[in-house]
Amino acid sequence: MAFGSLRRIERFGWASSKLEQRGRSIVRRLSTFTEVDESKKNSSHQETGKSNKSVNLFSAINQALHIALETDPRSYVFGEDVGFGGVFRCTSGLSDRFGKRRVFNTPLCEQGIVGFAIGLAAMGNRAIAEIQFADYIFPAFDQIVNEAAKFRYRSGNQFNCGGLTIRAPYGAVGHGGHYHSQSPEAFFCHVPGIKVVIPRSPQQAKGLLLSSIRDPNPVVFFEPKWLYRLAVEEVPDKDYMLPLSEAEVIREGSDITLVGWGAQLSIMEQACFDAEKDGISCELIDLKTLIPWDKETVEASVNKTGRLLVSHEAPITGGFGAEIAASIVERCFLRLEAPVARVCGLDTPFPLVFEPHYMPTKNKILDAIKSTVKY
Amino acid sequence: MALWFSRSRNIIAHLVKTKISPINQSLFHAKYISYKLPYELVWELRKEYSSTATGMVFRRFESARAGEVEEAVTYSTSDYDDDDDEINDAENKTIDFPGGSVAFTQQMKFISESPDKRVPCYRVLDDDGYPIAGSTYEQVDKEMAVKMYKSMVTLQIMDNIFYEAQRQGRISFYLTSMGEEAINIATAAALSFDDIILPQYREPGILLWRGFTLQEFANQCFGTKDDYGKGRQMPIHYGSKQHNFFTISSPIATQLPQAAGVAYSLKMDNKEACVVAFTGDGGTSEGDFHAGMNFAAVMEAPVLFICRNNGWAISTPISEQFRSDGVVVKGQAYGIRSIRVDGNDTLAVYSAIRAAREMVVREQKPILVEALTYRVGHHSTSDDSTKYRPLDEIEHWKTARSPLARFRKWVQRNGWWNDEGETELRGTIRKQLLNAIQVAEKSEKPSLVDLFTDVYDNLPLNLHEQEKSLRETIKRHQKDFPSDVPV
Repeated sequence: MAFGSLRRIERFGWASSKLEQRGRSIVRRLSTFTEVDESKKNSSHQETGKSNKSVNLFSAINQALHIALETDPRSYVFGEDVGFGGVFRCTSGLSDRFGKRRVFNTPLCEQGIVGFAIGLAAMGNRAIAEIQFADYIFPAFDQIVNEAAKFRYRSGNQFNCGGLTIRAPYGAVGHGGHYHSQSPEAFFCHVPGIKVVIPRSPQQAKGLLLSSIRDPNPVVFFEPKWLYRLAVEEVPDKDYMLPLSEAEVIREGSDITLVGWGAQLSIMEQACFDAEKDGISCELIDLKTLIPWDKETVEASVNKTGRLLVSHEAPITGGFGAEIAASIVERCFLRLEAPVARVCGLDTPFPLVFEPHYMPTKNKILDAIKSTVKY
Repeated sequence: MALWFSRSRNIIAHLVKTKISPINQSLFHAKYISYKLPYELVWELRKEYSSTATGMVFRRFESARAGEVEEAVTYSTSDYDDDDDEINDAENKTIDFPGGSVAFTQQMKFISESPDKRVPCYRVLDDDGYPIAGSTYEQVDKEMAVKMYKSMVTLQIMDNIFYEAQRQGRISFYLTSMGEEAINIATAAALSFDDIILPQYREPGILLWRGFTLQEFANQCFGTKDDYGKGRQMPIHYGSKQHNFFTISSPIATQLPQAAGVAYSLKMDNKEACVVAFTGDGGTSEGDFHAGMNFAAVMEAPVLFICRNNGWAISTPISEQFRSDGVVVKGQAYGIRSIRVDGNDTLAVYSAIRAAREMVVREQKPILVEALTYRVGHHSTSDDSTKYRPLDEIEHWKTARSPLARFRKWVQRNGWWNDEGETELRGTIRKQLLNAIQVAEKSEKPSLVDLFTDVYDNLPLNLHEQEKSLRETIKRHQKDFPSDVPV
C-alpha cells in the first residue's frame, strides 16, 4: 500500500535538499539527546558501555528483531513485503537468517495480518506483525479494538494474545500527503487492553521494541518513519530492554514542562534551545508509552515548573494531548500558573503542499512557550 | 463428496477417456469443461499420472520454482494430442505471466457468473431417515449413534429451557441453535478433541460434546462467580481452554483470520490437529471471511472452515447477502477445496467433516464446508423472526425437516433407540437443567475485583486509582449497585 516515490526515496536516500537539511538538523538534535543522556549517566547506553555502534533507527529496529527471533524460537515476524527486508528495510536479513517459516510476506490485508497475528499469539507465540504504514492500520482496527484488546478480559484470563506486537511507521515524512503521514495513536489510546509505545531515537527504539515484544500484553508500536534513516546514535549491540509505562525527563528545566513522544521531541528540543536563549528554562519529557501512561513523572515535573505544554503531530482535537492536559489539570490545578498549552497538528487531513503549515513547528512551540511563561 | 478440479481438466479428461467412462456431466460450454469426479478418484489418478510422467515436457514450465514442478507436470497437457482438438489447440498457446504459464485464446469469452447447475449437496439420509441408495458414508456404531442423538436432544432441551429462562427475565439474553443440532453435534463427533474450535456463536453443541456440563453453561448464562469469563460477557459467550474452545466474541467473522494464525502455530509445532472455524452465511460477507480464507490458503494453514448457511442473518435472507451459489463456490476462488453438505443430515455432516478433517490434517491445507440448514429459532431473544418470515416456513423446518427427527428415525430403525428411552432422556435432561439454573441463580456474582483484573496481565496505576475511587463511591451510594456483587 505504499506509493512508489516514497519507497524510492526511502530506499535510495532523500531526494530533496530541503528534506535533507531538515533531516540533518534532526540528526544533530538527536545526537544531542544522547549527550543529555550521557550527562545524566543513567541511560542503558552507559550501562552497556563498550560495543556500541552508531546506527540509524531502522537498523536499531532490525537489531531488535534479530534479537527477538534469536532469543525466542516461538517468535515470528511478518507483514506486507517483510520477506525481502521491508519497504523501510527494518526486516532486512531476517528471512535469510531465520527462514521463511518464521519471517514471511503476508497477503495485502491488514485485518488479515492482525487477525492472523492474534491467533498465532494466542497459541503462546510472539507474533510481531508489521503494518506497512500507520495510515493503513484502520482495516485492522476491529481486530485490534474488539479482539486483541479484549482477548484476555473476555475469556477470564483463559486465553490471551499478549505475545502480539504490531509495528507501524507513523508520522510526517516531508512528502507523505494524506496517507503516508498520519499519527493515529490517539485512536488506540482509547482502548483498554492494549499498550501504545512510540520511541524517539534508535537506542530507545531497540530497547522499547524488545520490551514491547516480550511484554505479556498486546502492544501497538509506532515507529517515527522520518527518523528511520535520519536519526543516528550509538546503540548497544547487546540485548537490552527499556521499561514500558515509564516516562523520561530528557532535559531538565524549571520554568515549563514540555511533554511529547516520537519524532516530535526533536522539534520540541530545538524549541527548548531557542527558549533558553530568551532565558526560559524548559523541562522536556518523553512519554514513550502512551497507555498506560506515566502520569506521576509528568505530575512531578509540572508541580516543579507550574506550566505544561503538550505537542504532537496528530490533529489537536481529540488528540492524546487533551488527555494529558485534563489529567494534569486535575492533579496540579492549584500549582498551574497558566493554561495548559497544546501545539499540535491542525484539524485537517494531513496535507501535502501545506505540510509546513500543518505541522507543530519549532516556532509555533516557541511562541507557545513564551506566551505560557508570560501568562 | 466431490469437488471441482477444473485446473486439471485436461488430464482428467484424458484419463477419463482412456480409463474411466462415461465422462461426468459438463457444466460449461465445450471450451470451459469442468468434470466432477469423486475426490479420491481424482487424487489417485493424479498420483498415478505424476508417477509415470517423469521426463515429461518441462519447456512450458521453465518459470516454475522447484516446489511447483510436480504440480506443473501433473497439469501439463503436452501428451494429450488425442484430446479434444479445440481444447488442445488453445492449451498449446501459452504465455508466461507472474504466477506461471497461462493458455490464451483468440475467443473473447467471459466466465459465467454462475454455473448451469448449482453445486449439489452431499446427503446420506433421506427425509424419512433411510440411507439413500449408493451413498457413501462413515459407518457409525450404536454407541456413537446413540451418544450423538442424546447430545442433539440435550442441546435442544437446553435451548428450550434457557430460552424460557430469558423470557421469564432470569437471564438477560439467549440464542438458540434450533434446527442446527446436526451441524453442532455431528461436527463435534467427527473431530478430535485436540482440534481447536474458533466458534462464531451458534455452536454450543461442540462444547456439550466435549464435556462442558449443563452447570457450566448455566454459570456462563447467569454470570456467576464460577463463569470462566467472570461474568464479563453476555450469555452464550462461552469459552473453555480445557475444551480447546476459544472464547466467543460477538463481532462477526473476526475469528476467521485468527483461525489461520492458530492453525499456523499447530503446523509449526507439527501437531496432529487442526483448527475448526465457524461462520454463518452472513459472516461470509465480512472482510474477515476473505482475510481468513485467503490467509489460510496462502499460509497453508490447517483450518477447517465450516459455514452454517441457515438462510438468515437476523432478518436478511441469503438472497440479499450474496449472489453466488451460496458459500461453497467461494472456496475455489481462494484455492481451497470445498464441499456442500446437507446440514440437517447427521450422517452426512459426520461423514463430510470426518473426511475433511482428515484431509486438513494430512495435507496441512484448509478446507471449506458449507452446511445448508435453516435457523429454526429467532436470531436471538432480541429478535422476532415472524416479522420477516412466514410462520409456516418456520414450522416446516421445525417439523418436516428436523435434523433430530430424521436421525432418530435412522437410529430407531437400527433398533438402538425407542420411545421409552426418549421419554426418560428428555425427563432427565430437563431435571438436570432446572437444577443447574437453580444452582446458578443462587450463586454469587464475581467479585468487584474482577471488573479490573485481566485488562492487562497486571493492574496498571490508572486502574488501581479507578478501583479505589469506585469502592469509595459504592460505600457512599450502596443502593446504586447490585447487592449480589461482592465488593
